[in-house]
Amino acid sequence: MVKQQADVVIIGAGIVGTAIARELSRYSVSVIVCDQGADVASGTTKANSGILHSGIDAAPGTLKAKLNVRGFALYQKMHAELGLDIKFTGSLIAATCREEIAALEELAMRGRRNGVAGDIRILSRAELAAKEPGLSPAIPAALWVEAAGIVCPYGAAMAFARNAIRNGAAFLPDCKVQKVVSEAGRVVGLETTRGFIKCRYVVNAAGLWADDVSRSCGDDSFVIRPRKGEYILFDKSVGNLVNTVVFPTPGRVTKGILVAPTTHGNYFVGPNAQDTLDKGDLATTREGLEEIVSGARKLIPSLPLAGAITQFAGLRAVADGGDFIIRPSDKVFGLFHAAGIQSPGLTAAPAIAEMMVELLAEAGLPLTPKQCFDPVEPRPKRFRELSYQERDELIRANPLYGRIICRCEQVTEGEIVDAIREQCGARTLDGVKRRTRAGMGRCQGGFCSPRVAAILARELNMPLAAICKDGAGSALFIGKYSGNEVHEHV
Amino acid sequence: MFEAEYDVVIVGGGPAGMAAAVGAAQNGAERIALIERDDELGGILQQCIHNGFGLHRFGEELTGPQYAGRFIRQVAEYPNIEVFLDTTVLEVTPEKQVYTVNPQRGIGRFQAKAVVLAMGCRERSRGAIAIPGHRPAGVFTAGTAQRMVNREGYLPGKRVVILGSGDIGLIMARRLTLEGAEVAAVLEIMPYSNGLTRNIVQCLEDFDIPLYLSHTVTAVKGAARVTEVTCAAVDEELKPIPGTEFAIACDCLLLSVGLIPENELSRSLGIEFDRRTGGPVVDQTRQTSAAGFFAAGNVLHVHDLVDWVSAESETAGRSAARYARGLRAAAGRLVRVEAGSGVRVVVPQRIDCAAAGEYIELYCRVASPERNLTLALTAGGRTLFAQRLPLAKPSEMATLKVPKDCLGENPPEAITLVVKHADRGEEI
Repeated sequence: MVKQQADVVIIGAGIVGTAIARELSRYSVSVIVCDQGADVASGTTKANSGILHSGIDAAPGTLKAKLNVRGFALYQKMHAELGLDIKFTGSLIAATCREEIAALEELAMRGRRNGVAGDIRILSRAELAAKEPGLSPAIPAALWVEAAGIVCPYGAAMAFARNAIRNGAAFLPDCKVQKVVSEAGRVVGLETTRGFIKCRYVVNAAGLWADDVSRSCGDDSFVIRPRKGEYILFDKSVGNLVNTVVFPTPGRVTKGILVAPTTHGNYFVGPNAQDTLDKGDLATTREGLEEIVSGARKLIPSLPLAGAITQFAGLRAVADGGDFIIRPSDKVFGLFHAAGIQSPGLTAAPAIAEMMVELLAEAGLPLTPKQCFDPVEPRPKRFRELSYQERDELIRANPLYGRIICRCEQVTEGEIVDAIREQCGARTLDGVKRRTRAGMGRCQGGFCSPRVAAILARELNMPLAAICKDGAGSALFIGKYSGNEVHEHV
Repeated sequence: MFEAEYDVVIVGGGPAGMAAAVGAAQNGAERIALIERDDELGGILQQCIHNGFGLHRFGEELTGPQYAGRFIRQVAEYPNIEVFLDTTVLEVTPEKQVYTVNPQRGIGRFQAKAVVLAMGCRERSRGAIAIPGHRPAGVFTAGTAQRMVNREGYLPGKRVVILGSGDIGLIMARRLTLEGAEVAAVLEIMPYSNGLTRNIVQCLEDFDIPLYLSHTVTAVKGAARVTEVTCAAVDEELKPIPGTEFAIACDCLLLSVGLIPENELSRSLGIEFDRRTGGPVVDQTRQTSAAGFFAAGNVLHVHDLVDWVSAESETAGRSAARYARGLRAAAGRLVRVEAGSGVRVVVPQRIDCAAAGEYIELYCRVASPERNLTLALTAGGRTLFAQRLPLAKPSEMATLKVPKDCLGENPPEAITLVVKHADRGEEI
């Protein structure tokens, strides 16, 4: 039976919503996180650059600047605590011409004003060639920022969610909020596709839909405009494309098209920035892909296009005004916005969570720290990361770790079963993919997707034809013979 | 950890691995390990339920499982071939240690005297050819769909568009039609089909399925499941021509856009690769550039017919057995074999003169369809050997049986295979 009452309901199980849930789970309050998607991290969090930004280029005094720097420091702590996939690679911001070197100097000063820790300095051509041999020889100089890195964004959100649930929070998937209900100017609950949820505090972390949530109770104080970014992901086999996150000198609108490694050993280029009116417009375009290729080639000329394994797009949730919107609603008491969280939102998320908890406390939510709060989240077992000796022991304990299902990423049946059975576990092919990496390799699920679908069907006791790629309506296969068809899957 | 020593360890129990095992057993290898990740031998043949296999090998038309069955029985006849099923190879080291994993035995380390790489190939995915658009459910490679239809009993969609006219795509067009789905179209980016002629006739023409040559898919639409694909004609550079776009409503897009030899395990061996085939460089015994490592089947180069896979793999198995028994002579003069004008690939890429018999068989594929052509083996402007063909297509392998004698007493460093027009004599 679903719990339909909580002290706080967080709308949106992206990086921001899950970070807030985890932060709140330190206290003796009941928390529900709901999401319209089938899984945690199924919106903007699943398709972004996965960069831990330094905070060097945010305008001083903005929430973006403050929360970015604080968030970066918090990830350094949570890295071990939550077993996150993070690499502190540092970043390079490249001048594409001599004129841009002045801009880099200005950035360095701004970074110091923003409180960015670690080494910040302009590297000469010779230093660059040593640090990043693939960098275009046309780049005269670049700014080295030590305090930067990469993180698996959906992995982080899932770890936040798992730890929040371990500490008492509840997750409601497939739960779209239709209306924030208030009485006498105070939040009393939410009307959702899974029924009414009674609550006195609502955190609006609904990403692209944050303005719709807000408007549902008469608060039209901001508008979210989707801004699309496209990416190309490269196979691990392309060799050592870059060692650090390589940015161009930032433009007016975005940080530009970058080239970066991922925490899993792949590389990507992107994103571009294309305003769109459609919050579901996740389509890549030929023009967009050409744009990011030509942008990335200015940094790394020898882009191994033949090593591309997938292309995808994500949508930034851009608020008018440009800065994050983290504040109580001025229309309804009990509603709090964490909206307009575009870049560097991933980095800032843990700091946004701290700020949100303070706001809730100020508004009268009684926050008593829980004695039993457990901040540690064991990292899921990953066959490919273990020594042969460790693998052998693991298989002896559970033979399912001895059967490889995804050959490209060496994911075992044991890991897939774990991903399905864990708290807020995977229920879809993409859910398994994001938790285990099965299907994320060079064959893109050509080999393992029927096998993973069969494991999902067995573990969830569902017909194979009801197994979806991602959300509702994305069933993979159609039953051919009587007995294996599914007529309606909701 | 499970440890064992073998004369020959074969990675992959598909048609190549099975034939290699038999070839090794027939040539005196005492202990042979045949390692297969699936729970039965046969590889991809087990999902190829159509007929047409074995015409050359057995003189009759077999289905894929029947063809596999003949080799499975042969393998079973040799007690010195040990078959390891449900066992995945994780790593092959230059010292010929093969690390495996299996649910019951755990991690295994097989020490081999000779290794045959027989991992087959994988399908090129949507991402590899960068089809823009949404990423809904309903986009599958043709082989994945084939497995679901033929082995599991599920359809990938009800109204299907197939991109690529490779053989798997053509076979699936017919299969899906017979299973009650509607195949709206097959699109091919090249001006000619990449499948066997018999498949064009029997799988498309017989079922009135339209084939659009010089066309591709430029966008996939649909939020949850595919609802439509946008198609367009392409120019000579294979770029979509603006203004030629048209939409086809469908719930499924199948991709049959090429096969890639699956050499991830071979990469750590430091052996030489052929960029054209995507497989290792081998000599006529199918030995790679590392002594004692052999490769055969689709991991070496993508074949058109399984019959040739079997023949090639027996050679590799025989060579591996000889190597393991210490019977292989030291390498003689190595002659490079290069794909010249009009030739896309040629295998082997080396001839080891010390290991050559009376004839050397060269497999090749031409770069574009040609009529009345001559395949000529040249060195320094001289033609060493020539063979006339009435017709050659990139989709079909041609075989040249070259007498060793034509290399002469003092063989050249390199020979080049070129296509010439039979009537005009010049290279194309």
